Amino acid sequence: MKELIAKHIVDQYELEESSDILTIKTHKDSLLGVMSTLKNNKELDFVQLTDICAVDYYTYGETEWGTKEATSTGYSRGIKPSSHGRIKFEHKAKHTRMKNRFCVVYHLLSISNNNRIRVKVYLSDEPPVIKSLTPLWPAANWYEREAFDLFGILFEEHPDLRRLLTDYGFIGHPFRKDFPLVGNTQIRYDPVLKKIIQEPVDITPRVLVPKVIREDK
Amino acid sequence: MKEFKNFTMNFGPQHPAAHGVLRLVLQMEGEVIKSADPHIGLLHRATEKLAESKPYNQSIGYMDRLDYVSMMCNEHAYVLAIEKLLNIEIPERAKYIRVMFDEITRVLNHLLWLGAHALDIGAMSVFLYAFREREDLMDCYEAVSGTRMHATYYRPGGVIRDLPSKMPKYVKSSFKDNNQLDIQNYNREGSMLDFIEDFVSRFPSCVDEYENLLTDNRIWKQRTVGIGIVEPDRAIELGFTGPMLRGSGIDWDLRKKQPYEVYDKVNFDIPVGKTGDSYDRYLVRMEELRQSNKIIKQCIEWLKNNPGPVMIDDAKVAPPNRENMKVEMESLIHHFKLFTEGFCTPKDEVYTAVEAPKGEFGIYMISDGANKPFRLKIRAPGFPHLAALNEMSKDHMLSDVVTIIGTQDIVFGEIDR
Repeated sequence: MKELIAKHIVDQYELEESSDILTIKTHKDSLLGVMSTLKNNKELDFVQLTDICAVDYYTYGETEWGTKEATSTGYSRGIKPSSHGRIKFEHKAKHTRMKNRFCVVYHLLSISNNNRIRVKVYLSDEPPVIKSLTPLWPAANWYEREAFDLFGILFEEHPDLRRLLTDYGFIGHPFRKDFPLVGNTQIRYDPVLKKIIQEPVDITPRVLVPKVIREDK
Repeated sequence: MKEFKNFTMNFGPQHPAAHGVLRLVLQMEGEVIKSADPHIGLLHRATEKLAESKPYNQSIGYMDRLDYVSMMCNEHAYVLAIEKLLNIEIPERAKYIRVMFDEITRVLNHLLWLGAHALDIGAMSVFLYAFREREDLMDCYEAVSGTRMHATYYRPGGVIRDLPSKMPKYVKSSFKDNNQLDIQNYNREGSMLDFIEDFVSRFPSCVDEYENLLTDNRIWKQRTVGIGIVEPDRAIELGFTGPMLRGSGIDWDLRKKQPYEVYDKVNFDIPVGKTGDSYDRYLVRMEELRQSNKIIKQCIEWLKNNPGPVMIDDAKVAPPNRENMKVEMESLIHHFKLFTEGFCTPKDEVYTAVEAPKGEFGIYMISDGANKPFRLKIRAPGFPHLAALNEMSKDHMLSDVVTIIGTQDIVFGEIDR
């Protein structure tokens, strides 16, 4: 596989370490070239686009229950709420801009060779912008609409980039890691005004288990 | 001549043929559809985001609620992903139990699909027959996990408990006398495997019964033959999987091509369609019912002869034995750690897919080494199918949209997630 890819792909790419599927990393400008080679080359023959997944790497590897620094009184066991499950809109994190914050992951399947490949593109801008794959695969249409809706990733030359899963008139991109799990607004029917109203959410975040990272495996 | 203009019609979200909460905005020219724009997300529960805020084991129940007619297959993909992250191997018996329940789930799903699809396009009685057989399999779900639908039976490391040695029976009430009880309990005297064995022996004749009602039925054929044709190459490009892809004539089934658990040890065939219309997909699914039946039969035979553990013996992943917990310090600590914090997985990312009844159900999981997944992406088979609704229903009549929704086997739990 690796040789075949090296032989056929002329655009820029790198191989990434991965334990299951062969993973290649490419730049957003060479994405279309890499993808059309993967699809149209008869030896590679990745004819099906299985999935497009957007990832927000903000808070990657951050633990809420660190036990590293010991003081004279022992370990500090205070939980620092940092994950989306434990934050509210008010204490929104300040530094949400980071390099390679977003990533779009494509999974391709070759039916004739019976193998899969994963293609990753990291994005740094705000809003993140990437080329649409709809000219190559019609299946990309809804996957990209979903990624736009939930992560705010813009797909250039997408024929119809509307929200897909959230409500009509929804504000924000709910699967970003700085979007609280309890949401920002809630909707109810007001019997006095006789209409549906939106108001700030009044539930408290209640995630019981803190995020813990243990490396002693 | 009077002039007609195109008009826009709203279909759903509360429409019995929409299979849940689908809103379609249809551009009509008379009774012919020019374009269909599905509005989805009315059942969006942010399963992926919820799973990112919980320890691994606590999200298994959410997986049942995705495609809520093929519960255990969803769990299967999820636990496979965790097992791949942890790099653990589960006991052989657990593998057979999983395969058996995957196939029971496939039968459950296809029976519901058959009943609902037939009901949508005008055949009432198939629905009643299909639900009669579903009831027995639901009882198996209940016997093994305690619930009829949302089982949470598969766990990382195996399945939570072994198959019960007794099948629950109907009890006497003011509505049932002893005679009725004897009739209802005749196949419940032995173990659960005996009960399934009895089911498996009579199920092929049930499938014959459904086929008698539909396969050569003139109305059925008028409603399905030539409706929603998808060419093989197009089906691949549109991301179709499962019976939708096989109906178009492509021999692709993950159970055969990328076997997981013990699918490489059981004997079964993959039915493939020819023309790619709704009728072919119906035939493919009917044959899948028979093939699933065959797989269940082989699993029963193996399970009867090979007792053994059904859960991995690793207290870091699976809860320790309850008795040991009372006497051993270490078991108690493991139990406490597992249920308060869960287990951590190594920093890695995996994609696992199973052949769910509707197609390829995939889980893409990124772990940053924590006790919760950093990102969980669910690849639902129905999602690309529904995305192709516009293309499939173009230039068909309004009533054919119902056929196409039916033939796609749409379930909103998995599409909206």
